[in-house]
Amino acid sequence: MRSVMSNKWVISLYVLPALILILLLIYIPIVLTGYYGLMDWNGIGKMKFIGLENYIELTKDTKFWQSAWHSLLLGLFSTLSLVGYLILSLILASKIKGANFLRKIYLIPMLLSSVAIGQLWAKIFDPTNGMLNRLLVLVGVENPPLWLADSKIVLFALFLPIVWQFAGFYIIIFYAALKNVPEELIEAAKIDGATPIQIAYKIKVPLIAGVIKVMVILAIVGSLKYFDLIFVLTGGGPNGASEVMASYMYTEAFSKYNFGYGSAIGFGLLIICLVVTWFIQKLLNTKDVDY
Amino acid sequence: MSKVAVEIQKTTLSASYKTSKSLGNKIGYGILYFALAVIAIIQVYPLVWLFLFSLKTNQEVFGMSPFALPHAPQWGNYAKAWTAGHIDVYFFNSVLYTVAAVVLTVILASFVTFAITRMEWKLSGLVLGLFMAGYMIPLHSTLIPLFNFFKTANMIDNPMSVILSYVAFNLPITIMILSGFYRTIPREIEEAAVVDGCSIHRIFFQITLPMTVPVLSTTVIINMIYNWNEFVFVNTFLSSDKWKTITVGVNNFVGQYLTDWGAIGATLMISIIPVLIAYFILSDRIVEGIAAGSVKG
Repeated sequence: MRSVMSNKWVISLYVLPALILILLLIYIPIVLTGYYGLMDWNGIGKMKFIGLENYIELTKDTKFWQSAWHSLLLGLFSTLSLVGYLILSLILASKIKGANFLRKIYLIPMLLSSVAIGQLWAKIFDPTNGMLNRLLVLVGVENPPLWLADSKIVLFALFLPIVWQFAGFYIIIFYAALKNVPEELIEAAKIDGATPIQIAYKIKVPLIAGVIKVMVILAIVGSLKYFDLIFVLTGGGPNGASEVMASYMYTEAFSKYNFGYGSAIGFGLLIICLVVTWFIQKLLNTKDVDY
Repeated sequence: MSKVAVEIQKTTLSASYKTSKSLGNKIGYGILYFALAVIAIIQVYPLVWLFLFSLKTNQEVFGMSPFALPHAPQWGNYAKAWTAGHIDVYFFNSVLYTVAAVVLTVILASFVTFAITRMEWKLSGLVLGLFMAGYMIPLHSTLIPLFNFFKTANMIDNPMSVILSYVAFNLPITIMILSGFYRTIPREIEEAAVVDGCSIHRIFFQITLPMTVPVLSTTVIINMIYNWNEFVFVNTFLSSDKWKTITVGVNNFVGQYLTDWGAIGATLMISIIPVLIAYFILSDRIVEGIAAGSVKG
């Protein structure tokens, strides 16, 4: 038994192909990103070693910090929207008729590509012919906003399709977690005269705290990596008002051919993602709920 | 507590429930259902609107109410998108890359999960950790080195670069879902097979793998949706029109036909329809897959 199940040849045969693939395409590249950041390089010609120059420039680059701030803002919005998703899931999971059907409907946007969502919302946001402003005019708004063309509100506007896209995803997960809460606990609380809101707040939410934490991390880290939709909808504009770290990196590297500096931005993105993940994990663990 | 006692308690509970369902309660439920329905409409209506304008002429789009039905459905918009926008080629490429990457991912992930959860070796925990942590790595931090790597390996503008990237970046979530299921399968059958002198490969292919079919279908669906919708790798690694996928193709098409809303709508619809059809058939599995993939993470 032992020898068959610990045959080194078989283990290598089963594990190595996949392991080599992720080392080659995920782990080595993240190290190389840091290394390329030390170079002056246009992506085609030879690399020239310039030491920490790119990284020093990065720390002073207001555009980078602005894009990082935008990414963090999106993460903050996403975390706040989790409250709404959680309330909806609590309602759906409390024996609502048709809950299963509704959560399937809510999930539909999540199945579409961010590019399709971006192109669709470009039309929805269209200031004159778009659905949104036509609707606003219909209900009597005189000067509806320009949405994506207005640098003051573009980031908030972008958050609408993001909520639309991910609502179903978080609801499905919260709903599944809530369905795992033991029925006896809720019945017992009902006998003690607890109201549905008390049951939700004092029993259900603490019991799924673990899942909520994972979702907070997912929402924030997901926001830090956010790219496709913004790239398609605004390209980071107008005037960098919706630039995020990934779009800044992409433009520097693949449009301006600053591959060295782009790599430094990519490495900055990685470090910020790891630090934020670590920080949130610490933050959430200190308030761990016992059950 | 005995079973009977629980039953009695349940009946008394539901009885007290019924009496407490007053008029106010009913109104409350009415408002609740109304709110839930409004959210459902918000989630679906943009797609209905897209379908409507995909069948309109530009005069209708710019001149008339965006909520009106098209006068005479312009199915020609679809024909135009399909041929003029190379959508036929893109569509075929999307199918090809998606299928190739899904098959490779699921096979490789099954091998790894079997070796990690079933076999005994010292580094299994570390290797599992490496695969899981891959889920947290931002893809964009790898993009420039990957681009350079594929360029050096002469694989730029070669679909293999995209397929291999899909496999690498989907392995973590696939292994995550699979390992949750593998840990619930009892080991007795495999142990009996070992005692009977069955080879490890036969155990994997003929005993364990068939038992994982339900969860395999879940991972297949999740992978399919990810790959079908992927944008950055294709946009970065592939430049010829003959290799592009529908997601990138749609983006390019819209860039060229900025003002032709009908054709744009038709192109978007074509790219969305396969996913929607898959969802209508397999929605239970998809919902389950999403719940399973993340709750256990």
